Amino acid sequence: MRIRLQIWRQASRDDSGHMDTYNLDGVNPDMSFLEMMDHLNEDLTKKGHDPVAFDHDCREGVCGMCSMVINGQAHGPKQGTTTCQLYMRHFNDGDEIFVEPWRSQAFPVVKDLVVDRSAFDRVIQAGGFISNHSGPKPEPNSILIEPEVAEQALDAATCIGCGACVAACPNGSAMLFTAAKVSHLGLLPQGETERYPRARNMVKQMDKEGFGSCRNYAECEAQCPKEISIAFISRLNTDYLKASLVEPKDRRGKMKSQ
Amino acid sequence: MNQIQRFYGSSIGKKFVVAVTGVILFGFIAMHMAGNLKVFTGNTPSGVPHIDEYALFLQTLGAPMLPKMMGLWIARAVLLVCLVLHVVTVILLSQQNRRARPIPYVRSEKQAASVASRLMMVSGLVILAFIPFHILQFTTGNIQIGNRTFVHGHVYSNLYGGFSVWYGALGYAIVVTLVGFHLFHGLWSLFQTLGLDNPDRNNKIRAFSVVFSVIVTIGFVLVPLAFITGLMPSPVDYDPSLLNQINSTSNH
Ligand code: HEM
Ligand code: SF4
Ligand code: FES
Repeated sequence: MRIRLQIWRQASRDDSGHMDTYNLDGVNPDMSFLEMMDHLNEDLTKKGHDPVAFDHDCREGVCGMCSMVINGQAHGPKQGTTTCQLYMRHFNDGDEIFVEPWRSQAFPVVKDLVVDRSAFDRVIQAGGFISNHSGPKPEPNSILIEPEVAEQALDAATCIGCGACVAACPNGSAMLFTAAKVSHLGLLPQGETERYPRARNMVKQMDKEGFGSCRNYAECEAQCPKEISIAFISRLNTDYLKASLVEPKDRRGKMKSQ
Repeated sequence: MNQIQRFYGSSIGKKFVVAVTGVILFGFIAMHMAGNLKVFTGNTPSGVPHIDEYALFLQTLGAPMLPKMMGLWIARAVLLVCLVLHVVTVILLSQQNRRARPIPYVRSEKQAASVASRLMMVSGLVILAFIPFHILQFTTGNIQIGNRTFVHGHVYSNLYGGFSVWYGALGYAIVVTLVGFHLFHGLWSLFQTLGLDNPDRNNKIRAFSVVFSVIVTIGFVLVPLAFITGLMPSPVDYDPSLLNQINSTSNH
């Protein structure tokens, strides 16, 4: 296969960046998209050019590193897959393929296609955990969880923190990611305790990082490699509204009769 | 106060305000549309068009407890507050969204976002520009379209005049179609924003949005359509004191 690539090149955080065109020969249809990028980089290196920097790690769809917007879609045109699970046979000979980094104020470009996603880490640090004691653990089967609820929590837990939802959203919103984390923990008994402060704190950090707001486009759900449902966004809204409007702040104060 | 500030400072808090004001505005829009359909029901036995009588009913809203115009002004104040909150909040949200994506994509393919959802600001701004124009045309009579003289309270005659020229009817039809677009996305979206949507009801809520956005649009469009196609009888002058009679009976 022969393809024509339009790739975003940016030397550093401060560089303004531009699109560059590369014609690549000898692409095997069974190459993954990342292998094709390796092939391109070998070519560039041989010619003495700077290879294209891109993130990757597991190359099997679990780490969430391979952030690329391919032909205008996060992780490319195939639904429910990451870039590393995308194969060149999904393209045609002679295709022109656009490759761009995640575009978000909160995910600054470090180099070429590599972005800094530590904003997600700070959202997690704000509440994406459960507080646990270090003493003896209860017998695991002693905590009963309704299977449907456990499955729902596991659906949310499949979020790999890749950031495609932010990249896909016309508003650059991180609601799907935050909702997945808030729901995955809040649905289970171990995380239920901190359900409302968690929603409040994670949303606060999410806003602080400079992500956009949710206009319910559902673009995130469509482009999420794990196909996380926007039902979790509705659930996050419930949790947040309850945490802000209904949950008492003063639980222990005295009251008077009237 | 601090709590309100924190709530409104968050993106979800702002969306809550947009959704709640959106529901109230939708309630108004739906009633406005239904009220407009009175143009099709003809006249009272004494020859007063039902729509004129309906306008009078609005002026005497809350009577006899409230004096004339008071109920109406309360409703207007509530709607104005909702509109201002809605508009100010969506502008703040849009600014946040624009800041969140400073560099656009060279290529961007949408897979899920509907046309209506992507046009929310466009449809909203057209509605916003239309509101003062609409009030000046049909409530105060400061703007005249067509060559029929405006008479306060004679709604049927004023509509007949305003929709007697093609641009008056067409402009109105375009704006109410955009209202339909706004509601097509907005009516579903507000349930999601309020955390009331879930997979069990998603289909029903979306069906509700489709049905109501279509009904509202058709209901509004029927009026200029009927006038411009000449289906409506020309207005007959009547003695304004007939209206006052209705007024005094409705006050008892
Ligand atoms: C006339 C009456 C109006 C009605 C019935 C109405 C209704 C609604 C509803 C129900 C929503 C959905 C709320 C949600 O997503 O939770 C909405 C959103 C929105 N409205 Fe309106 N609206 C009206 C006027 C306006 C005006 C005048 C503007 C002017 C700018 C506007 C701009 C918007 C925008 C931009 C959104 C999307 C906000 C977001 O999700 O970020 N609307 N509207
Ligand atoms: S919700 Fe989906 S798109 Fe967003 S970070 Fe998680 S896996 Fe990636
Ligand atoms: S490289 Fe790990 S998900 Fe793609």
